[in-house]
Amino acid sequence: MNRVVVIDYGMGNLHSVGKALEHVDKNISLSITSDAQQIQDADRLIFPGVGAMRDCMAEIKRLKIDKLLKEARLEKPILGICVGMQAMLDFSEENNGVDCIGLFPGRVERFSEGQKDENNELLKVPHMGWNEVKQTFEHPMWHNIVDKSRFYFVHSYYVTPDTCKENSATIVGESTYPKAFCSALADDNIFAVQFHPEKSQSCGLQLLKNFLSWDGQV
Amino acid sequence: MSLAKRIIPCLDCENGRVVKGVKFLDIRDAGDPVEVAKRYCDQGADEITFLDITASSDDRETTVHTVEAIASQVFIPLTVGGGIRTLEDIRIMLNAGADKVAINTSAVLNPEFVKQAADKFGSQCIVVAIDAKQVSGEGEPLQWEIFTHGGRKPTGLDAIEWAKRMVAYGAGEILLTSMDRDGTKNGFDLALNRAISETVSVPVIASGGVGNLQHLVEGITEGKVDAVLAASIFHFGEFSIPEAKKYMASKGIVVR
Repeated sequence: MNRVVVIDYGMGNLHSVGKALEHVDKNISLSITSDAQQIQDADRLIFPGVGAMRDCMAEIKRLKIDKLLKEARLEKPILGICVGMQAMLDFSEENNGVDCIGLFPGRVERFSEGQKDENNELLKVPHMGWNEVKQTFEHPMWHNIVDKSRFYFVHSYYVTPDTCKENSATIVGESTYPKAFCSALADDNIFAVQFHPEKSQSCGLQLLKNFLSWDGQV
Repeated sequence: MSLAKRIIPCLDCENGRVVKGVKFLDIRDAGDPVEVAKRYCDQGADEITFLDITASSDDRETTVHTVEAIASQVFIPLTVGGGIRTLEDIRIMLNAGADKVAINTSAVLNPEFVKQAADKFGSQCIVVAIDAKQVSGEGEPLQWEIFTHGGRKPTGLDAIEWAKRMVAYGAGEILLTSMDRDGTKNGFDLALNRAISETVSVPVIASGGVGNLQHLVEGITEGKVDAVLAASIFHFGEFSIPEAKKYMASKGIVVR
């Protein structure tokens, strides 16, 4: 039995992720929980997140999720989604600056308001909707997903590509708004995405399907 | 590479059925919301908006069950509106599987509610729905006012000022309906959409008046909005989502 835990730290609705996982594989054993024992016993972990970083980090620390993730990264596949991905880095600019879990070096910054695209149209913040993800690294998680497929994003903060250079995760997906930002990162057992696979129709469901059979190797 | 403009079919639902009125009257039945939502998702709709227009609050249970059923089969974003009055209403809808909630009348009655909702659940899931009607006469500078209760109650609020205020309070998106155009099939109120979309920093969804595919194009190119919402042209089979996307792409609009 494939034991999957969606880590619940009280931020937002996690049912969508759960429903999408069950849709791609009815035979998984799914728990949505913050229970340490269940997280330790799981075969794979999903680390989602929505909302403001300071509140997220406060709950992550209170529930000792940071410690559990640091242990788990050596043992089993982990999928970070949206704010979950951002929380894996060192630091986010949100809420006047928040220290995050620091699974790997890197910074999270805010999209500047008032930026224009190449047609001189105003780019709105949050970056909301379907954008292309360029696969910058061949990875088993991209199996059966066409390069530059569109995924659903909704976020105002992003992982800057230039801070992920040394001793950090590999940028495996890149998107632009209007400058390039990091839309997918990978490191050992970790694959983390800025977009919402559970809301990205067939491409998103394929990514979740890939995760359910991924062995954590590249 | 750039962000695609979104096409959002809207399901106006009453007592668990999809309906669509003409100027909020003359309601026609357009089917089971779960089937309709699934069909649009399979066709490539970018999001689904579900508006509960049931007048009484007795049937909230039906709405929650419908939202749950849609969310378990549709893996694209789902916005739920209609009768969202309290933080508890929002929590119930998000737990049922909605990704965003649209707040309309309650925002007008208590603007602080939008602030509380954005603080608690995050701006990304708070859509403020604005129903606006042109109030300036011919020859006067254009002006629009906010109306509530399905377009019956004037509020004295200027639409542009209101939109700015709602964004300042934490709205993550504006769903903008022209009451003059809703149900007419004469196209969006482009001046209204442009005025608001160019003023606020968050995405704007144009709503009200779509009668053909060129109207969708104009919403983007002239109304300057980020997403276009339509109901009846899709419900009654006049056009499909793929036809709409193909036409928009042929006019140079980036679609998924």
